Amino acid sequence: MSTGRVWKYGDDVNTDVIFPGKYTYSVLEPEEMARHALEDLDPDFAQRVKQGDVIVAGRNFGCGSSREQAATCLKAAGVQAVIAKSFARIFFRNAINQGLPVLQSTEAADSIESGEKIDIDFASGEIKTGKGVFAFPPFPDSVLGILQEGGLIPYTAKRLKESQKRRC
Amino acid sequence: MGRTFSEKVLGLKAGAEVRAGRVVTVSPDYILSHDNSAAIIQEFNKLGVGNVRCPKKLVIILDHVVPASSEKYAANHKAIREFVSQQKIPNFFDIHQGICHQVFSENGFALPGKLILGADSHTTSYGAFGAFSAGIGRSEVASLWATDEIWLRVPETIKIEIKGSLPSGVFAKDIILKIIGDQGADRANYKAVEFSGEAVKRLSVASRLVLANMAAEMGAKNGYIVPDESVIPWIKDRARDEFEVIASDQDAQYEAVLDYDVSSLQPQVACPHTVDNVKPVSELEGLRFHQAVIGTCTNGRLEDLEVAAAVLRGKTVHTQVRALVIPASRQVYLEALNKGLMNIFAEAGCLILNPGCGPCLGAHQGILAPGEVALSTANRNFRGRMGSRDAEIYLASPATVAASSLEGKIADPRRYL
Repeated sequence: MSTGRVWKYGDDVNTDVIFPGKYTYSVLEPEEMARHALEDLDPDFAQRVKQGDVIVAGRNFGCGSSREQAATCLKAAGVQAVIAKSFARIFFRNAINQGLPVLQSTEAADSIESGEKIDIDFASGEIKTGKGVFAFPPFPDSVLGILQEGGLIPYTAKRLKESQKRRC
Repeated sequence: MGRTFSEKVLGLKAGAEVRAGRVVTVSPDYILSHDNSAAIIQEFNKLGVGNVRCPKKLVIILDHVVPASSEKYAANHKAIREFVSQQKIPNFFDIHQGICHQVFSENGFALPGKLILGADSHTTSYGAFGAFSAGIGRSEVASLWATDEIWLRVPETIKIEIKGSLPSGVFAKDIILKIIGDQGADRANYKAVEFSGEAVKRLSVASRLVLANMAAEMGAKNGYIVPDESVIPWIKDRARDEFEVIASDQDAQYEAVLDYDVSSLQPQVACPHTVDNVKPVSELEGLRFHQAVIGTCTNGRLEDLEVAAAVLRGKTVHTQVRALVIPASRQVYLEALNKGLMNIFAEAGCLILNPGCGPCLGAHQGILAPGEVALSTANRNFRGRMGSRDAEIYLASPATVAASSLEGKIADPRRYL
């Protein structure tokens, strides 16, 4: 069980407002990316976000560019999960590949309010709020494996190391 | 029950008969990356494998910030050139070649039936040639370089049947803006979009690319147009490899079939700050703007420059407008030079920039100040994309942008064509 404070936003939060294009090829370190997180949507966010906070949003979160920094910057800023009514496809993959859990629940996204403290139980697939308990679809094992390793790169590195061992 | 194009291609790649919804592990034919290769190399180096598994599959094209506008960008480009040399990657295109999607197509990598993955959301473009092509993230590209494997979910397909013939002054850009405006930015999320119908059959290669490119703005995983006799010769002239046309079966199962008739379509404009905020040009005429952009991976090809030049010929851009013209590639630039189009642009007072992404993603070459408005032929108008978060971006066809540049305000191009 993990507790977090909520930052709530609307529909179609795109990757340009999450991590502006002007930084995409000049800012390469996650800590520096975190300082620009959500810069063009909510300029206060990067200063005030705390480790373990949760972003809650509407439909199509992360639409637009394939830039993976949109996920990296949120994770580096301390965001422990994003809950939304739906996620844009590439962002969904990128978030998992950065070890950032993305939870889909229309009911939770409608009910949760900004600033509220909520609990997320990743094991049981439940979001617990003052207003109730909301289930989210559990991750398949392949996705869980990537999240547990902290992202696709450490996951692939481990897998490659193991497959090399097997060959010997 | 028949199969869709996407079910067939991913099934062939996976060596199994598959339906939408199935997750398959596949090896792509080509893996595209651009300036972001510098960041991908950093991730690749963490994998501890040393060598790229299949160097021939990598296509690296520098286009996003070319030439380098700062020391940081220069260092990125340098790191990429060194990696290309060390890893003996044969398909590398340096800063003088143009926008990745145009260069990739011109150089015969975008082929029917191929599986192409790229670290760019507009990788959907190659569906214009009957390829299955989708955008992925950096970690996935780094992982692919090492393993040559990735999981993909076989997408459901939305078929968009487009009837009628386009009126004069109305273009593929107007068709796709109309569709995105009606359907919304997430209508095709996780799905394939197949464009068909008599209006699509009549579209040129460049116009088909506009549809497939902007399928990404409906959330699509991939766009697709069956390659027919009007594009096969273009493809054959450039093909790097053998290819096979793969088409959906007559009785394939679609998630939805959407019908459009473009016979009375007006020019369309996407308004700030989302691509699905679309209005006919008639509702926006008279809106003042400061910067025009004619170019990008959506509309920087020869036919786009020809239409813009036809509007601008012998006239002068409005004194309040800065009009940027950016050919999509070196080849487009050369053809435009040979046809005298660049003279027309220069005489009209346009600023001609080198082939590349230009200011589309807000990194250089025409950044917007607070309060400024741009009218662009690009595919995205998100807040802050071209600079200030207090700037606005409108999207339209090259004809609409050119006509509006003459008047200094959004104008209907049909008066000029």
